[in-house]
Amino acid sequence: MATAERALHLPELRTAEERGFLSWLMTVDHKRIGILYLVTSAVFFAAGGVEALLMRTQLIRPDNTFLGPKTFDEILTMHGTTMIFLAVIPLAAAFFNYFMPIMIGARDVAFPRLNALSYWLYLAGALILYSSWFLGGAPDAGWFNYVPLSDAFSGPGENFYILGLLLTGFSSIVSSVNFVTTILNMRAPGMSLMRMPVFVWGTFLWSALLLFSAPPFSVALILLLLDRIAGTGFFVPAMGGNALMWQHLFWIMGHPEVYILAVPAWGVISEVLPTFARKPLFGYRGAVIALFAISSLSFTVWSHHMFATGMGPVVNDAFMVTTKLISLPTGALVFTWLATLWGGRIRYTTAMLFAVGFLPLFIFGGLTGLMLATAPADLQLTDTYFVIGHFHYIAIGGILFSMLAAAYYWLPKMTGRMLDERLGKWSFWITFVGFNLTFFPMHLSGLYGMPRRIYTYSPLLGVDVYNLLSTVGAYVLGVGLLITLVNVARSLAVGKVAGADPWDARTLEWTTPSPVPAYNFRVIPLVRGRDALWYEKQAPDGDGRMRGAEEAAGAIHMPGLTYLPALLALGLLVAAYGVNFKLVWLAALGALITFYSIFRQMFEADRGYLLEPRGESE
Amino acid sequence: MSSRPLEALQEEEEREAALHAENVRLAFWIWLASEAVFFASLIGVYVALEGRSVSGPTPVDVFDLPMTTVATLDLLLSSLTMVLAVVSMWRRRPGAVKLWLAVTALLGLVFLGFQATEYSSFMRDGLLFNTNVFSASFYTLTGFHGAHVAFGVAWLVGLLISALRGHLRPEEEHKLEVAGLYWHFVDVVWIVIFTVVYVLGTAA
Ligand code: HEM
Ligand SMILES: [Cu+2]
Repeated sequence: MATAERALHLPELRTAEERGFLSWLMTVDHKRIGILYLVTSAVFFAAGGVEALLMRTQLIRPDNTFLGPKTFDEILTMHGTTMIFLAVIPLAAAFFNYFMPIMIGARDVAFPRLNALSYWLYLAGALILYSSWFLGGAPDAGWFNYVPLSDAFSGPGENFYILGLLLTGFSSIVSSVNFVTTILNMRAPGMSLMRMPVFVWGTFLWSALLLFSAPPFSVALILLLLDRIAGTGFFVPAMGGNALMWQHLFWIMGHPEVYILAVPAWGVISEVLPTFARKPLFGYRGAVIALFAISSLSFTVWSHHMFATGMGPVVNDAFMVTTKLISLPTGALVFTWLATLWGGRIRYTTAMLFAVGFLPLFIFGGLTGLMLATAPADLQLTDTYFVIGHFHYIAIGGILFSMLAAAYYWLPKMTGRMLDERLGKWSFWITFVGFNLTFFPMHLSGLYGMPRRIYTYSPLLGVDVYNLLSTVGAYVLGVGLLITLVNVARSLAVGKVAGADPWDARTLEWTTPSPVPAYNFRVIPLVRGRDALWYEKQAPDGDGRMRGAEEAAGAIHMPGLTYLPALLALGLLVAAYGVNFKLVWLAALGALITFYSIFRQMFEADRGYLLEPRGESE
Repeated sequence: MSSRPLEALQEEEEREAALHAENVRLAFWIWLASEAVFFASLIGVYVALEGRSVSGPTPVDVFDLPMTTVATLDLLLSSLTMVLAVVSMWRRRPGAVKLWLAVTALLGLVFLGFQATEYSSFMRDGLLFNTNVFSASFYTLTGFHGAHVAFGVAWLVGLLISALRGHLRPEEEHKLEVAGLYWHFVDVVWIVIFTVVYVLGTAA
């Protein structure tokens, strides 16, 4: 009886790999989900980039009429919202999804289906936001969507902002729960917390930040939605509501958000620099502690975005102090990287160029940040182009450059093919020059008093030449990025075969074949030190290859394909449109689909299938 | 693969199941932490808007503290029966598990009944969702809590059906434990709401 019952629960035997278009809809493989994230966020990055170029084209000369004020506001809002929520966060999620499990020596994440769910929720949110262009106009109140600009009397676009970001926020929470569980429970034997790559720590802190900052923002979004469709007055002073409450709820999310974007970038830098300097990261422990300190402090500084709202000098001073406190651990982190380079035998690959290029840009952005964090100075500088210059030094110099380093570093692992180094270097230098040409002059136009979020300016302001430079720079920057895109396409077609470890690198992902097979490791590795692979390359008692901890007893058990995550996201998408257009039946239909997939999932056992390892050596 | 001994496969399955159960427990705690921040924000909003309504009715006009106290006791009791369900499972008493699950779900329904009565009496007093900022923040906060209770009831009923069909095997203990954790969480949130909204609200 017992055996008969057991036999019932045996997985079906299947040895084929996932194939075909439908398998992408149903996949639960963290690597394929990573690729879905990568492609989707690249598409939205391109959309955000086109929006930026449109804005810069409008601003190329004073009194320009290329875009009207309304269109400019829509494009401005969509640019900021896209870049932050649809491009940079998911770009980090792409690399986390693909590499974090491999870097800790796991065959999978803790909840493969939740992982798929988080991708589909993100896509659903993005589709809602972008469908606004066709369904009555895009949101136009800025990425921070301040009331009263975004409250009851503004256009329909805000609803799309609210519903879209509710879904992407939900997506982030789902991935975060999954990542934290995976990191805490699924590490290979020997992979203690203090042996984890900094990038994995980055995943962990990114998740923690999202877990605690997404809910207050969701609350803000829900209240605003109610103000708009149900006539409540949470943010309407005439009804007793509090308009400043939006700003508080927004920036409690919004400032940690900066670190949500930055922590993955720092993780990448901490992997790329040691590999190409052929030295271990200097002060690993200190770097981890600094990351923790920055992440926790980031929840105490939100009001530095509100210096000019009249909270009074005491509050302003308090937030000024907490803000400047963050520069201490950040400085320590920068020191860690500089010391890692010091005395290293540096190889200037494209990945390394982007990582090294990151350093001066990030430091410069940090310094202008300190200027803005000085409340009296901020009263002068806030809402000018100085701010735009500052945070793009962080957002592009700090974050995008790191992500490009990540792409040049890791794409060979994902595709099995190298990128072209010569094209890569062209791309780096053109991007670097274009970037500085775009954003350095913005500090000057800002100091001369050019306000941000304005569709045009007067020639009397005397900022024509800076704006001309910025616009030219933006096109140069665009060309630089385009070259990388060409490089990727070229590599997919005719790139050199990468092999398992093209960079002579240090961490576990480089012990697997490129691209990584579905089961990651035929033999789960035994980790004997920090930078596990590098440790084995150096160990006198080894042969330079990873040791195995446990071998699969034959075929490897994998989770089964399922359409439920995509269906759940579809349900929420439908429900969101129902709410938006006040169609009760549509909302009910969406809710029905959602609950069906939730309960189906909760009470259905996944038997999975068996995968025969391919014959290649580890 | 056919060469693979059945026992090895079973062993691996069991190991995977155990790890999965551990993962579910941990993940649930993490998710609850995030949910706690969600409710904390809603409660913060309620407190921030307290007393700012430009027109009535206000909390003292509508709250029926004795009735809400009974509803609170009912929910507290349901936490107790939920504990009994989990303990019965640990003691391998499937009959008792089903009984206590059913009772817990019933107590949850009773709580929802109280809430429905309360809402309809408030509406008779002229307190609609968008009457003033008190009503808006009150209905939003308690509404989200009520939705959590309703979801919990559906979950418990689902577990009950599963148990009746004999599907709650020992290696699925975590399913019930996690549902219990959720139930207690919803209960604790209610205690906070009860204290902050009702008790302090009518005391003021
Ligand atoms: C690719 C090159 C980029 C260019 C040329 C560019 C350019 C611009 C310009 C011209 C503005 C409008 C300033 C104004 O009128 O107030 C802007 C705003 C903004 N950008 Fe970018 N940007 C780029 C990339 C990014 C990235 C990577 C991020 C990512 C985090 C980002 C985030 C933002 C945000 C949040 C705003 C403010 C939007 C608002 O005020 O609502 N941008 N950008
Ligand atoms: Cu900030």
